[in-house]
Amino acid sequence: MRELSNQNLETFKTKMMKYKKTKGPLIPILHEAQEIFGYIPLEAQQMIEEEYGIPNAFINGVISFYEMFYHEPTGEYHIGVCSGTSCHINRSKRILEELKKELGIEVHETTNDGLFTIVNVKCIGRCSEGPNLTVNNKVYSQVTVEDVSHIISEFKKS
Amino acid sequence: MNITELTKIKSDYLATNPIFNEPKNVHPLEHRIVLKNYQIINPEEIVEYISKDGYFAFSKAITMSQSEVIEMIIQSNLRGRGGVGFPTGLKWKFTLANESDEKYVICNADEGEPGTFMDRHILEGDPHSIIEGMMIAGYAIGASKGYIYVRAEYPLAAKRLQIAIDQAKDLHILGTNIFETKFSFEIEIRLGAGAFICGEETALMESIEGKRGLSRNKPPFPAENGLFGKPTVINNVETLANVPFILLHGPDKYKELGTEKSSGTKVFSLSGKIKNGGIYEVPMGITLNEIIYKLGGGMKEGSQFHFAFSGGPSGGVLREEHLHLKVDFDSLIPFDSIMGSGGIIIFDQNDCVIDTIKLFMEFNKEESCGKCTPCREGTGILFDMLDDITGGTANLDTIDALKYLGRMVQTSSLCGLGQAAPNPIFSTLRYFKDEFVKHIEHKSCSAGICTFDKVMEEE
Ligand SMILES: Cc1cc2nc3c(=O)[nH]c(=O)nc-3n(C[C@H](O)[C@H](O)[C@H](O)COP(=O)(O)O)c2cc1C
Ligand code: SF4
Ligand code: FES
Repeated sequence: MRELSNQNLETFKTKMMKYKKTKGPLIPILHEAQEIFGYIPLEAQQMIEEEYGIPNAFINGVISFYEMFYHEPTGEYHIGVCSGTSCHINRSKRILEELKKELGIEVHETTNDGLFTIVNVKCIGRCSEGPNLTVNNKVYSQVTVEDVSHIISEFKKS
Repeated sequence: MNITELTKIKSDYLATNPIFNEPKNVHPLEHRIVLKNYQIINPEEIVEYISKDGYFAFSKAITMSQSEVIEMIIQSNLRGRGGVGFPTGLKWKFTLANESDEKYVICNADEGEPGTFMDRHILEGDPHSIIEGMMIAGYAIGASKGYIYVRAEYPLAAKRLQIAIDQAKDLHILGTNIFETKFSFEIEIRLGAGAFICGEETALMESIEGKRGLSRNKPPFPAENGLFGKPTVINNVETLANVPFILLHGPDKYKELGTEKSSGTKVFSLSGKIKNGGIYEVPMGITLNEIIYKLGGGMKEGSQFHFAFSGGPSGGVLREEHLHLKVDFDSLIPFDSIMGSGGIIIFDQNDCVIDTIKLFMEFNKEESCGKCTPCREGTGILFDMLDDITGGTANLDTIDALKYLGRMVQTSSLCGLGQAAPNPIFSTLRYFKDEFVKHIEHKSCSAGICTFDKVMEEE
């Protein structure tokens, strides 16, 4: 589970130490934390500060700058609809509306069961196959409004 | 590794695997340099790349002097494919001239402009060509370390690049004393984290350094003061993928393709209301008509051509009357448009030009790094004005206000994002003025998209 647990903190510590020789290690370390916890908990930030001497406040600023790093826990599945130009003119907004309705949440919110967070997606380089919907790294192309509930249920089961 | 061993790998492999897959979906108008291995070789097998003369360009470069390599690139007239079209050879020359104990080569694989996807295909389809291009750049400027900054939205590209790097290391193509020379080179992949501005070269360097991706003031330019304060060459994916060809076949061969000032080919990515969207590599100077009606196979069933956008949120609108124009770095500029990085989106009668530029401005507003006020605040206000127009709360003065603020943002922003953000507004005002007037005066949208249901804010 992607959560704040002692075991995950241990895992993070090991992963974090891999970057001791890396110049400019912060972004790769934050990716590791995001992957392990589903967000970047204060505890992890403090560990980075201790090991790497990067002030916590600075780390916080970096987290808030990047779309893919979160201050708060996020769902197991990051689901989003591309809002890039080509998907937009294939009416991707309707798909996003349907997604919000199905999950009962807005963009950047997480469902109560902790399964889904709706994220912003801005062009994933499959513009000629839009509208595109993504769930973590999985891409669904030429999605219709009707497809949305099927896609969601796929992940509810697994 | 040396040239004899490389040749042996190639001939051994060809002896047992004489036939490569036939190239797929190559349009008769295409001429493939960058995509020559695309969908032909297995991108996860270095021997297949070598069998297609892979790393032979590097093995040639390393027998030449650094200046000779750079001179070849200058002669070829290769210009950066990341959007601006700066001469690649000159960039390398400036960086070579700056002495330093450490220098860097960066491959900009942050491709984030909506409608642009050629770099993804190059990275996924032929990752070794990027590595080889970077090695040649590294040798030419005297760098021993390269970074590839890949957007996190392209996980397959990152994976294949890592496989390619590992295989190159195993064969001692990357590493120390490469090809039995004093040259050493290693490459590290860095993942972005969803910030479009990190495609801007100096913001990208800040990001590698582990900071917020805020664009830096220029000068100093990266050639002098780049990554970690060291002289740095940063090139786009497609730019680097052209380099091996130039080394192997010579600048004259390269210049046979394209136009006088834009030599070589360009990979275009087509999307929108067109039959055959996708990527196509053609000599520079092809016309928009050929791009849309030949490569793209014309409009989708039921769609009529309305307008096209090239250059994404920094670009300009193109109408029917522009379709005879050639596409290269310079030809579209007099018409308030640009080739940019080669992403072309085609719109039909159901798409509204004002809704489109509003979407662009929303993108710019959200992706602005926030470092300078004209862009941070200006893109937001420009967006609000466009939203007034599509929402029915604008008046004709809004047009003047758009122009006034647009000029201000263009001229006073720090980096390319802000400087180019108003471009779509100006080109649309030039070619679709009637649509603005219609929206404002008659609350009517030709495409039937805009809703005019914005409520006037209380004074
Ligand atoms: C907002 C912004 C975003 C950019 N994004 C990219 C990008 O994703 N990929 C790219 O190669 N260049 C991008 N550029 C251009 C780079 O700053 C730089 O000019 C380019 O990487 C240089 O390589 P080239 O000379 O090979 O084109 C961007 C520029 C700006 C202003
Ligand atoms: S122009 Fe925009 S993106 Fe560029 S530095 Fe200024 S605020 Fe940042
Ligand atoms: S615009 Fe949606 S994938 Fe590019």
